[in-house]
Amino acid sequence: MTTVAAKPAAKPATMAQALGRALRDAMADDPTVHVMGEDVGTLGGVFRITDGLAKEFGEDRCTDTPLAEAGILGTAVGMAMYGLRPVVEMQFDAFAYPAFEQLISHVARMRNRTRGAMPLPITVRVPYGGGIGGVEHHSDSSEAYYMATPGLTVVTPATVADAYGLLRRSIASDDPVVFLEPKRLYWAKDSWNPEAPTDVDPIGTAVVRRPGTSATLITYGPSVPVCLEAAEAARSEGWDLEVVDLRSLVPFDDATVAASVRRTGRAVVVHESGGFGGPGGEIAARVTERCFHHLEAPVLRVAGFDIPYPPPMLERHHLPGVDRVLDAVARLQWDQ
Amino acid sequence: MTVMEQRATRGAGAPTPPPAWQPRTDPAPLLPDAEPHRVLGTDAAADADPELLRRLYAEVVRGRRYNAQATALTKQGRLAVYPSTTGQEAAEVAAALALEERDWLFPSYRDTLAAVARGLDPVQALTLLRGDWHTGYDPREHRIAPLSTPLATQLPHAVGLAHAARLKGDDVVALAMVGDGGTSEGDFHEAMNFAAVWQAPVVFLVQNNGFAISVPLAKQTAAPSLAHKAVGYGMPGRLVDGNDAVAMHEVLTEAVTRARGGGGPTLIEAITYRMDAHTNADDATRYRSDAEVETWRAHDPILLLERELTERGLIDEAGMQAVRDDAERMAAALREAMNQDPVLDPMDLFTDVYAEETSQLREQAAQLRAELEAEAEASEGSQEGGGE
Ligand SMILES: Cc1ncc(C[n+]2csc(CCOP(=O)(O)OP(=O)(O)O)c2C)c(N)n1
Ligand SMILES: [Mg+2]
Repeated sequence: MTTVAAKPAAKPATMAQALGRALRDAMADDPTVHVMGEDVGTLGGVFRITDGLAKEFGEDRCTDTPLAEAGILGTAVGMAMYGLRPVVEMQFDAFAYPAFEQLISHVARMRNRTRGAMPLPITVRVPYGGGIGGVEHHSDSSEAYYMATPGLTVVTPATVADAYGLLRRSIASDDPVVFLEPKRLYWAKDSWNPEAPTDVDPIGTAVVRRPGTSATLITYGPSVPVCLEAAEAARSEGWDLEVVDLRSLVPFDDATVAASVRRTGRAVVVHESGGFGGPGGEIAARVTERCFHHLEAPVLRVAGFDIPYPPPMLERHHLPGVDRVLDAVARLQWDQ
Repeated sequence: MTVMEQRATRGAGAPTPPPAWQPRTDPAPLLPDAEPHRVLGTDAAADADPELLRRLYAEVVRGRRYNAQATALTKQGRLAVYPSTTGQEAAEVAAALALEERDWLFPSYRDTLAAVARGLDPVQALTLLRGDWHTGYDPREHRIAPLSTPLATQLPHAVGLAHAARLKGDDVVALAMVGDGGTSEGDFHEAMNFAAVWQAPVVFLVQNNGFAISVPLAKQTAAPSLAHKAVGYGMPGRLVDGNDAVAMHEVLTEAVTRARGGGGPTLIEAITYRMDAHTNADDATRYRSDAEVETWRAHDPILLLERELTERGLIDEAGMQAVRDDAERMAAALREAMNQDPVLDPMDLFTDVYAEETSQLREQAAQLRAELEAEAEASEGSQEGGGE
């Protein structure tokens, strides 16, 4: 007779906890993983994602750096050149901008510049997006800048389990990953077992979060729960909406997205980022190129307005919500 | 021995190195003093102008009350967030008083008090932190640049403005404020360099309050002091007791006068302490002890002024009470103003993105207007329904 050790059960966990656990496990498994950034040590990060890491692994493995994003990422490049696997925290979306030169001129293209001799296994964690009542410069959706830079992998989780799995895969990746953390989902809870986290699909794999037949909502990160809610609400209108969570913007999972749209014949792309020059344009073009003969209506976009991110008291008018998603679905030429 | 002295005493027979090997200016006069400049509690205090002392006292007490009121407003949900300058009022107030009306102030996100001490309506100063707009005032009208949240990015702006004023022949000075943490950013260094190369009429005021959120100064810099950073750029560095309002006023006024007279930029490090947490949302017990905070209470900017004023008989209890009453009135007015809900028009989202609204924004504005109308109709409908 064999006794099976009782597995700790899944219980409610937040995305913040799962991200912290992913960092911890990555550091425990691989001594070359180093966490660095502003306030990540003693404080555990302003969102407490790195809480406890400095204590467990020492300040050399989880380092409070001087306050300089270009310096943080620039030194991470050097550390990676010498064989370490840095995980950099940018405190907020808009505070990553000083690091853009390092990111674009070096991080993104080092593999290419060196003909593959020196890839940079750096993960840049960026809390992004709005909806938290943050004042100016704390709510940007900066994903389009990263997507537009060849050489960068761009990942963004929407669930607790994905947050863990995708962060582990990002850190393990030999390519630089910009890991965008939807900060308004940090405290969203899900049933999850930190002692037995399930693996997720490789980076670059989208997932159908909710199967449906009428139309596909293509979305990611902070807009995934909005789309799921919209899909629920749409039932009373007689629409059965499919929701695809992209999980990674680069590489882009054309296969999963196109297969869904071919099935449903209609698609709406939903994101917080501005529509003009935003991710939705690229996504809509790709869907149209691949599914033209299956489409019953043009691919529509529901996006943030093309304005600087508004002050907290006005942000609810800016952020795409359930109503705006349903309005777009209603415009998918159902009568024809 | 300074580098220049070493050079002068070099043996006559020694071979002469190429001129480019030599430091081009003598660094000695640029070096900050070993000890922070102080006036209050020293013999020099006897020379301090009684009027100035009373003025600084009134402003610092008001500043303290302003900090307490703004912090209270966060608890009542009237401010989204407030980074307090409790303990730093002397530096904030002195920065404002050292400037002439035509001068410009470039505050960091923490420096609403400096703006208020310059005469800005506190409600306008706090607009960013209340969250109804980003900048609550016209920067040109008040000669106060927008509060800068991206750290140190305002510093090159100050240099550029000061440079432009000088090109135009105006004797305008720009005073740029930044925290100890902000001095690590590239923008700080680039601004210092431009200022010195251009000899721009700008004064950099670093408030070293010990922390950048949780990160102590020791993790931020290995320099002997932040003021020493000036030397590398070729401008003087001054070290001041940031809680000594008189010393702050003196050093700032000197630097402003020097800049105005064409003497170029100065870097001032004010040594102070952030008595409150980083903001109301921060838990300072995670990174510093209460005992450390307590050591600063004895060196409180209000205490230092009060001691001087009372010892010299420049103020009595009634005088102090009058100052406190005045601060109380300011706080009451602020409280009342902030208790009014700001009137917001969602359509403002689309104003002032461009000089001329683009056709895309016109479309988006029309979309929002239609949504708002539908929303209003729906809520009217439900109200009528509820009444029946
Ligand atoms: C470029 C940039 N990076 C990070 C931040 C986030 N942040 C806000 S305040 C702060 C600490 C600032 O410390 P310091 O410069 O000493 O100013 P203090 O808060 O003490 O006034 C940090 C890291 C920011 N606002 N801007
Ligand atoms: Mg500081």
